Amino acid sequence: MTRKQKKMLIRIIVSGALLAGLQFLPNEALSFLDDKLFPYAGRIAGFALYFVDYLIIGHDILRKAAKGIVNGRVFDENFLMAIATIGAMAIAIYENGDYVEAIAVMLFYQTGEWLQSYAVGKSRKNISELMDIRPDYANVERDGEVVQVDPEKIEIGTVIIVRPGEKVPIDGIVVEGKSSLNTSALTGESLPRETSEGDEVISGCINMTGVLKIKTTKAFGESTASKILELVENASSRKSKSENFISKFARIYTPAVCGSALALAVIPPIVNLLILGNAAEWGTWIYRALTFLVISCPCALVISIPLSFFAGIGGASREGILIKGSNYLEALSKTATMVFDKTGTLTQGVFEVSGIHHNELEDKMIIEYAAHAESASSHPISKSIQKAYGKHIDLSRVSDIQEISGEGIVAKVDGRNIAVGNDKLMKHLGITHIDCHHTGTIIHVGIDGEYAGHILISDVIKPTSKEAIAALKKAGVKKTVMLTGDSSRVATAVAEELELDEYYSELLPGDKVKKTEELLARNESENSKLAFVGDGINDAPVLSRADIGIAMGAMGSDAAIEAADIVLTDDDPLKAAKAIRISKKCMRIVRQNIAFALGVKAICLVLGALGITGMYIAIFADVGVMLIAVLNAMRCMLVKRL
Amino acid sequence: MKKVYKVEVDCANCANLMEIASNKVEGIANANINFMTQKMGVEFEEGADEKKVMKAVLKACRKVEPDCEIEI
Repeated sequence: MTRKQKKMLIRIIVSGALLAGLQFLPNEALSFLDDKLFPYAGRIAGFALYFVDYLIIGHDILRKAAKGIVNGRVFDENFLMAIATIGAMAIAIYENGDYVEAIAVMLFYQTGEWLQSYAVGKSRKNISELMDIRPDYANVERDGEVVQVDPEKIEIGTVIIVRPGEKVPIDGIVVEGKSSLNTSALTGESLPRETSEGDEVISGCINMTGVLKIKTTKAFGESTASKILELVENASSRKSKSENFISKFARIYTPAVCGSALALAVIPPIVNLLILGNAAEWGTWIYRALTFLVISCPCALVISIPLSFFAGIGGASREGILIKGSNYLEALSKTATMVFDKTGTLTQGVFEVSGIHHNELEDKMIIEYAAHAESASSHPISKSIQKAYGKHIDLSRVSDIQEISGEGIVAKVDGRNIAVGNDKLMKHLGITHIDCHHTGTIIHVGIDGEYAGHILISDVIKPTSKEAIAALKKAGVKKTVMLTGDSSRVATAVAEELELDEYYSELLPGDKVKKTEELLARNESENSKLAFVGDGINDAPVLSRADIGIAMGAMGSDAAIEAADIVLTDDDPLKAAKAIRISKKCMRIVRQNIAFALGVKAICLVLGALGITGMYIAIFADVGVMLIAVLNAMRCMLVKRL
Repeated sequence: MKKVYKVEVDCANCANLMEIASNKVEGIANANINFMTQKMGVEFEEGADEKKVMKAVLKACRKVEPDCEIEI
């Protein structure tokens, strides 16, 4: 509780107790005063007691209302409350009636406000904690002692020490130690990541098992944790349409309600008096008008909508989905077309041996020979063969390495003549080779002038890609499209494998923007958005051109983070589907809250105007709706199992 | 020049009103209040005296929400 909240709570309790105490004040005591002093003395004393209580609970409201009028802002909720309660007081004085109502209404209102402030404060704290990856300090060794230092003061290249249980404060490279890191705050990934000397670590991870010495590679402000925090904290300043709607709505709503209340107070009595010839019943109608005013306060609506978005953004960030603004969360829920980049997004973007065909020898043998022959080359293809071999390469077994540019390599391994390369090399050496019907890069292997088979190397589709496309369809995305610079043969294979709706191949980076624009033009309605998912390399222009740009696995690539509207901290395409599900859930809750708050309000307003509900019920309804709406908004945060 | 200030404001609508009021203050290029994080991001116009401007901002905010607080 803040100091303000404590003070308010005390005021609520004191005035509540006083009000209860006054109920036990016998009427005789006041009429006794009448006899003793002067007529009306008892009535004045009674009023004075109630009035003090009224001031205890409501003085700040009256003050704010007065200030509002002075500052030219007449129709706010303080004004409504002041008018309603002063009006009720006036009616009570006039009729020598019940002062309890005015005080009780003020009391309920203040209790409601207090609950709201408490609930919102609590929710806000919960969500903020969820996103709390800000490291408070860094350990540095100075003169043989480990001291805690403000991470902002650490210079690039300093060696910092991270003990088990501590957050990595700054991005860097491990220079000493071994440990597993919990990255869940950054990526939502629950499996710990093993790390040891030479590995890069990003800030925000929690060190779990061993002491690590890390040489920093970035300043604190440029580190991943700071970047993520900046991104998420600025998120709610980009307002969604729903939020703007609420602001505009409140601006029209309050004056409209005040006008209606005035009409309610004046028109029926005049009609009664002049047309129907009945008694005017001013008191009744003014009271109804005041009730109408009390009910009208739009707090539930105004508070729950931004809270829903904030909770949704907070929950998503916990899952490794960083959304730059509520407007993007809203747009995401309307995604009709999802466009993917191929390499690095749907596929892993690294080359792997995916098959060995037509070989006479054992698979392992062919790889072993090829890996040895290629041992001197640093070409990505040779690397992938060496990786597939996986064992140590014994250089003493290799001799006479000869690289034939654009064709391949000829070398002696274990005394046998090994030729590794493309079809040109095979032709050149007079070896008959067999072509492959698979897509990818084909490496033929010849041993002692005989064909020994070929190794197929291709970019591998990510294991979750297919599932992700299916999940997107299920989440309501109508069309999935792939753009790639790769050959049409490769594109067809990938598109068929993943069951994509459309694909465009052999595109230059500029063509990708053009294609995206074409696709954008095809989206006829406002409510179907186009999202582009890329890995942030070379596709920054497309990321910013699409309605929603999603960069994946982009931690560390500043350009992509700048250009994208949504950043996925790892490169799992399933996260894209999850982001859409989160946005849909969030928007559902927002709509529920709008409908619920407005619906209950409308019912109460009608009941109040008809004189069926009193002020008590009105306030109860108001606080109740607000609390339910806030609780409902908090559901946006629960996205783990979505 | 950009700066971030801590604010204390109780309702989302009040924060909106404060934001609107702040943006009208002379010397402010852009101000936004984030109700959820209770922070105010301020971009000053070039050559503006930030202390003076922030005092004016506080005054303008107090007009729309007497209870608010800005840590200058």
